[in-house]
Amino acid sequence: MTPANPKLKNRIGESLSGSQIIWEALVREGVEVCFGYPGGAIMPAYDAMTEYPIHHVLTRHEQGASHMADGYARASGQVGVCIATSGPGATNLVTGIATAMLDSIPMVCITGQVPSHLIGSDAFQETDITGCTIPVTKHNYLVTEPEQIAPTIREAFYIARSGRPGPVVVDITKDAQQKSCVFEWSDEEIELPGYRPDYAPLADQLDDAVDLIKNAKRPILFSGYGVIKAQATESLTRFVETTNIPVACTLLGLGGFPATHERNLGMMGMHGETWVNQAIQDADLIIAVGMRFDDRVTGNLKTYAQNAKKIHIELDPAEINKNVRVDVPIVGDAREVLEALTPLVGRCDRPEWLAYIDESKGGSAVRDIKNLPDLGKLYAAHVIHDLYRFTEGKALVVTDVGQHQMWEAQYYKHDYPRKLLTSGGLGTMGFALPAAIGAKFAEPNESVWVVCGDGGFQMTAAELSTCAQEGVKVNIAIINNGFLGMVRQWQQFFYGGRYVATPLLSPDFVKLAEAHGLTGVRVEKRSEVEAAVRQAEATEGTVVIDFRVEQEDAVYPMVPAGADLDKMIQRPGKPGEPEHNPIFETGEDS
Amino acid sequence: MSESLKRTFAVFVEDKPGVLNRVASLFRRRSFNIDSLNVGTTHEPGVSRMTIVCEADEDKAKRIEANLYKMVNVLWVDDITHKQSISRVLALIKVNCNHEQRDEVLKICEVFRARAIDMSPDRMTIEITGPQDKVEGLVSVLKPFGILELVQTGTVAMTRGVEKHELAHPTVPASRNSAA
Repeated sequence: MTPANPKLKNRIGESLSGSQIIWEALVREGVEVCFGYPGGAIMPAYDAMTEYPIHHVLTRHEQGASHMADGYARASGQVGVCIATSGPGATNLVTGIATAMLDSIPMVCITGQVPSHLIGSDAFQETDITGCTIPVTKHNYLVTEPEQIAPTIREAFYIARSGRPGPVVVDITKDAQQKSCVFEWSDEEIELPGYRPDYAPLADQLDDAVDLIKNAKRPILFSGYGVIKAQATESLTRFVETTNIPVACTLLGLGGFPATHERNLGMMGMHGETWVNQAIQDADLIIAVGMRFDDRVTGNLKTYAQNAKKIHIELDPAEINKNVRVDVPIVGDAREVLEALTPLVGRCDRPEWLAYIDESKGGSAVRDIKNLPDLGKLYAAHVIHDLYRFTEGKALVVTDVGQHQMWEAQYYKHDYPRKLLTSGGLGTMGFALPAAIGAKFAEPNESVWVVCGDGGFQMTAAELSTCAQEGVKVNIAIINNGFLGMVRQWQQFFYGGRYVATPLLSPDFVKLAEAHGLTGVRVEKRSEVEAAVRQAEATEGTVVIDFRVEQEDAVYPMVPAGADLDKMIQRPGKPGEPEHNPIFETGEDS
Repeated sequence: MSESLKRTFAVFVEDKPGVLNRVASLFRRRSFNIDSLNVGTTHEPGVSRMTIVCEADEDKAKRIEANLYKMVNVLWVDDITHKQSISRVLALIKVNCNHEQRDEVLKICEVFRARAIDMSPDRMTIEITGPQDKVEGLVSVLKPFGILELVQTGTVAMTRGVEKHELAHPTVPASRNSAA
């Protein structure tokens, strides 16, 4: 487990300070970069940092640090690490921790805590961060003795990365950092009596699943983030090519199965493709792999896929029957299960079902904005589509939350896993830029693109300064429509067009980039998109492109929250048609 | 969908700081409503035992169990609702009781196998141990005298017979096997 880091002296058995032990442990866990912000209660640790081969990235806000660690983890599959001081430093991490929790991202957050004798006294910069983060971490620790530091950090990494991954907070008191003890490190396998990360699939469940799959006439497979987590892309492709089952992806599952594969239908759910949601409603079997039937995916549960038997392949037993009742649960690793299933199921052909889906696909594709002529207007969909074309689909794209996120999911076709990073579960605005910085540290050779809105960008725009200080190269495409676009869209559809608190004044993003010593570009016409993308790719250092897109465009199709999955609002077909379909009353405010 | 009923879980947890907070937080976060929760040590060092009573249907019960299992400090979860088991609460009840009423109250105690444990000229404190409904029965009979104070523990429960909890070989949540 411990990488033999040649830069690390063997100091096992020596007396080290708690601060030194923190870094000893991190290096031994394979950490090369961490993201953080110093402060009083974590200063001893920072003071010891320079002895160790770990690059520290100073962020502009602790939220940025947590998203960077998250982006690093999503891009690499390794545990991301962030570090902050007690009190406000620690609470500023919480949004990023919750983001990682909902998307099952392995992360270890080290926080300083006031000296142990002051705990509970409302000391300066004291918060009960272990108490605060119980609901949003996989596990957390309060460490008050130097002897506990090494074993706790080891356990934290093990818990963060094993099973269904998640964030782990290790809160270390200042006195534990300052005191010394004999450093000990064990490489033995960790056994926690109450922790069972890995379940193997049960034979009878596999048999039941095989029966259902063999007898299905209209099956559909769901590919979620669990496929990416389990590195199951190849196994899934083999399974799909053998069984000829069409695949629908969740937002986080995009890239887990190649977007351009002929069996890939695209994204499902609230802003999924019409034909995908229709196929789900028509299916007689759903094979859900590594996904959790989120409400954004299912719509109205009462009418959801009523004719389908359901097989749920999932690592976490607590997800079974949580939202949707399933017929065959298979608790286990996605790759392991798919590899076991493929030979048992064998070859199947279903030309009628595939032809049926193709037909409905052709029917709804005409409404695609991509097919609209260039009328001199700049549509976000055009920007994303062009970005896809001019980066040849190879960029590592990090999206924020809102309309642009959905357009990216629809128009940027991801053929490889870990090439789309987005906050799906928590929907955290401000995620994209810091997560992209983290991703760039994980994959320095990738072309990293941030796609964000003018609203989300401004939530964490201070991290531009981090880009400048670290010399990090990311390209930032701001889909600037002058509104908090998704909220505006809901106001348009469900709140009588009253645009309350959604018109948004932004600074001049080009000048903002330049103020940071970075490059800024403005694009107002579709004809300028290509040059801007190519310029960004060719420029050294971070580039900000301000895409001034149509202000009141909406993401189509759309299933209103809580509505039936197949009752989608469609983009108006041609000029003169009603602005949108009048089926909005089903929307819930959620 | 099975009916919602009071469920009793025996939950074995590591005796570490904050575990009760974690379990309570889980129930609150998932909107699982706790009727009663009791926690204490066991004969095994480092292991505490909780008895949690909450209302849930079969599906929810499995989700509660699976979510408890997800917690690192939870060792073993046993839904003993449908098992042969013994459950007890303990209550202390202080009632108005002058010397004329004493005999009557003491007789009531006898019927419920409760004990008078403290007495003053105009009040009496009664201790009762038993299933929840028995305690409630006693309380309703004592009410006319005027209850001054009442305190009771949460339910503690245990299966009958020799079923042994194999802490060294933790089992898996039932939801792993649960089809609809």
